[in-house]
Amino acid sequence: MESPESRKFPGTGSFPIACEPGQRQAFCGLAGIVWLHRKMQDAFFLVVGSRTCAHMLQSAAGVMIFAAPRFATAILEERDLAGLADANAELDRVVGRLLARRPDIATLFLVGSCPTEVIKLDLHKAAERLNQALQGQASPPVPGAPALVGTGAPGGTRVVAYSGSGLETTFTQGEDHCLEALVPALPILPPGQRSLLVVGTLADVVEDQFQRLFDELGIGPIHFFPPRRSAVFPPLGEGTRVLLAQPFLGRTARALEARGGRLLDAPFPIGIAGTWRWFGAAAQAWGLAEDRVAAVLAKPVERAQQALARYRPQLAGKRIAFFPDSQLEAPIARFLHQECGMAILEVGVPYFDRRLMAGEIDLLGKKGRVMGGAPSAQPRPWSPSPPPPAARGEPLSPPLAAPAAPSFALIEGGDVDRQLDAVRTLRPDLTVCGLGLANPLEAEGLTTKWSIELVFSPIQGFEQAADLAELFARPLLRRDRLGV
Amino acid sequence: MELAFWTYEGPTHMGALRVATAMRGVHCLLHAPQGDGYADLLFTMIERRPARPPVSYTSFQQRDLGRGTADLIKDAARAAYERFRPEVLLVGESCTAELLQDQAGALVRSLGLPVPVLPLDLPSWSRKETWGASETFHRLVRALLKPRAPAPGTPRPNRAPGQCPRANLLGPIALGFRCRDDITAVSRLLAAIGVKVQVTAPLGARPADLLRLPEADFNICLYPEIAESTCVWLERTFRQPWVRTVPIGVGATRDFLAEVGRVAEDEAVAEAAARLAARVDVYAVPAASTARSLEGEGLEAGLYLPRLPWYSHSVDATYLTGKRVFIFGDATHAIAAARIVDQELGMTLVGLGTYLREQARPVREAARHHGLEALISDDYLEVEVRIAEAHPELVLGTQMERHIAKRLGIPCAVISAPAHVQDFPARYAPQMGFEGADVIFDAWIGPLMMGLEEHLLSMFRGDFEFGEVSPAVAEGPPAGNAAASLAASLPEMALPGVAGHSATIRPEAVGEPLNEPVWDPQAENELKKIPFFVRGKARRNTERFARERGLATITLETLYDAKAHFGR
Repeated sequence: MESPESRKFPGTGSFPIACEPGQRQAFCGLAGIVWLHRKMQDAFFLVVGSRTCAHMLQSAAGVMIFAAPRFATAILEERDLAGLADANAELDRVVGRLLARRPDIATLFLVGSCPTEVIKLDLHKAAERLNQALQGQASPPVPGAPALVGTGAPGGTRVVAYSGSGLETTFTQGEDHCLEALVPALPILPPGQRSLLVVGTLADVVEDQFQRLFDELGIGPIHFFPPRRSAVFPPLGEGTRVLLAQPFLGRTARALEARGGRLLDAPFPIGIAGTWRWFGAAAQAWGLAEDRVAAVLAKPVERAQQALARYRPQLAGKRIAFFPDSQLEAPIARFLHQECGMAILEVGVPYFDRRLMAGEIDLLGKKGRVMGGAPSAQPRPWSPSPPPPAARGEPLSPPLAAPAAPSFALIEGGDVDRQLDAVRTLRPDLTVCGLGLANPLEAEGLTTKWSIELVFSPIQGFEQAADLAELFARPLLRRDRLGV
Repeated sequence: MELAFWTYEGPTHMGALRVATAMRGVHCLLHAPQGDGYADLLFTMIERRPARPPVSYTSFQQRDLGRGTADLIKDAARAAYERFRPEVLLVGESCTAELLQDQAGALVRSLGLPVPVLPLDLPSWSRKETWGASETFHRLVRALLKPRAPAPGTPRPNRAPGQCPRANLLGPIALGFRCRDDITAVSRLLAAIGVKVQVTAPLGARPADLLRLPEADFNICLYPEIAESTCVWLERTFRQPWVRTVPIGVGATRDFLAEVGRVAEDEAVAEAAARLAARVDVYAVPAASTARSLEGEGLEAGLYLPRLPWYSHSVDATYLTGKRVFIFGDATHAIAAARIVDQELGMTLVGLGTYLREQARPVREAARHHGLEALISDDYLEVEVRIAEAHPELVLGTQMERHIAKRLGIPCAVISAPAHVQDFPARYAPQMGFEGADVIFDAWIGPLMMGLEEHLLSMFRGDFEFGEVSPAVAEGPPAGNAAASLAASLPEMALPGVAGHSATIRPEAVGEPLNEPVWDPQAENELKKIPFFVRGKARRNTERFARERGLATITLETLYDAKAHFGR
């Protein structure tokens, strides 16, 4: 096997990034459906794929089948593979059956998979054809197929195609492809107007917190993308400033930029420092004075610092390693290192998007200035972090002192067997990994945290900083408690 | 193209992985795109296996397709061999890889690895998980044993005098329903009649153990959907007879003992089997003996006498009589459950089905035997509608029927794979043998309200302290979100033992309001005089009767007409 190719990115300082080939242990992009269908409750996700896709989706979704599912799989069969014309007619038939059952669907996503990619079943064309049929309602799109119904939703059903195939996407990238596919459907923001577009699925509770803070700051209008109702899309144009809430949306960002949106440089709203800078980026774009912003954010920052203080002693000094999974690894490692005092051993990421990660690397690479550094007297465009509690007369707890400069490696891709060997050697106090690896590692005496929970739980923003820390503190606490 | 909201079975390669994971010393190289590795979590999370399943994925991506995946496959095979040093390397392809026609098996064979390489043929576009498991086991056994097959017509060598008969237990695999504990229960049962277990496979076996299969005198096919084809091949090739009765339930276990006695061709075994079978006949033994079996007599001697027969005879179980039961699962467990429900619990079968088309025939036969038409379907929406239509009071099924029953507010017990994490219990909980029969009694009766409990509730019904709703009801299953299609076919359902109107639940009204007949006050009053533990059923039946006849109002007459109609 070839040796990992190491390369250095400009500005990454002491972070070598190795790109490693080999066996992956991560979900494909179809897994994104599990949270996307919860976010857009008037949307339906129809995977066109194999029995494997259906099985994967229900395995990843786990207990979510308690609710009436708003996702399903059109399972290709041998006779569909025989000829493409046949597969299209079959797809129209399945969509017809689905819309008859669920006429309330506002957006129907046709989600491509590995098999559709290999047999080159063009779902974009299929979506076009179905849209025409649904709007026209004149005649069945393919001779012999049943007429489509599905205009139960106000404004009818819109069909959109994207790929969640494992050949192209890893886990959270499925959301990137989904949102990218929606960009052309966004209405035009009239010239001269401006708005802030927050991009990436967030829990409703987090969105509401962010909305309130933006309102207090006087930044707006704010739109969230994806929207809670897929029938109501946010506008997009030259006046749109784009703030990414999730670190896996590179294609979506480019598509938004192509239509005039301007991407704001910021780290991700993970932890106090990340959220501070994230709001800071929007405030700068709106031309707000720093002291005004500090005044608005003071209360949530203080609350977050207070709440976080409870977990810091449990986490400080503990060693942690990340298997590649969701792309959230780097921002979370940054948070755990800088705000919780954890030692980072190895961070695997499915892929490294240097543009999206620039803000993170920036935060990570400038240690002394992050958390605990005295507020700078020099005029700077924006502080990298909120003033520490000491500045407000609170005692400075030891872990807040800047941790030693991190010297871990970021590994892109990753060979799961090599990574398993690494954690067996390093014996981290906590290993963050997928569901397939967690129990085997526990059985080897390593304490683990399921990474999938980081995707499904509200972890962004000031109010959730301590919740995020708690997710890592709990396995450690449990390990200490168990006497068997 | 098939629209699937939920599938009972995964792809064929999942079946292969269930066999590989069950065994030791076997590794599987799966040519599959990134993402197919999700299969691991079923083993590590649902079955809580403490080790990763023995599988390496080639994890190919888009960019690999351009330059060809041959090197990727070969590298992955070499790496898997070096790291895991398996005794046999299986090579399979997932659905996407099958489309690429990369010939992964041939490529790996060409490497000349110092280990047998067995390419699997797993047609993922026409077959499913259970078939994949059966095929993988069969191929593995055939590949290892074919070179050792005697010339056709060679008679089986006689057993050495004084040696006890030996049997192989075939069929248990990973993620199977209670396979681990069934092996223990059946091995103990066989030991009690003097039969030794030679090899258990696939679960726990190494490839070297498979080489010892022909040394046994006969095979026991525990799970036909997995092991039947292997048993047939072993019979043809090595003249090993095989036991077909699956020992789930007291009656089936007695039949199993009798069949083992015959197939073993050993007088001592046949006698011991007959003696043991006789001891569990509740009518044939004096009361003192029944009492001793309740106290656990014989346990030290490795003999377990079931309590099910006595429990079922006890008066508390009277309330089970005629309770309507719907059964759906794999063929092995569904067929066994039908017999237990009918003969051993005295309940009434109102539905029997399987999601395994390959096993449709025996299930159809069993259903006919019970006067029913079998439901052969892997569409859970259809299963849901059929369950609702049958108005069962207990559902025995898979994880999916658990959800269906929960939505309908019907008690349910899981009897078959696919099952979820709670059906891989920490305690010893077999389904097979006499021990399994007792586990089944508890597990199936548990969700129902016990007879004595029902009786007491009825006695205290009028007490002002008691209220109309019992605590058991308050904790009862909530009315879930019924699928839209279901609501139309779903009448009001009553929980067993639920007191009166307040505790009957309606599925969430979706779509048009149901055209429900209305009770006139006199009929409503009369209904209240009916003992409350049958009142829910009376209400439901009367409404159904009225609906079927298009009656808008339920009068006293309608109530008694319905009573006469359903009382037949």
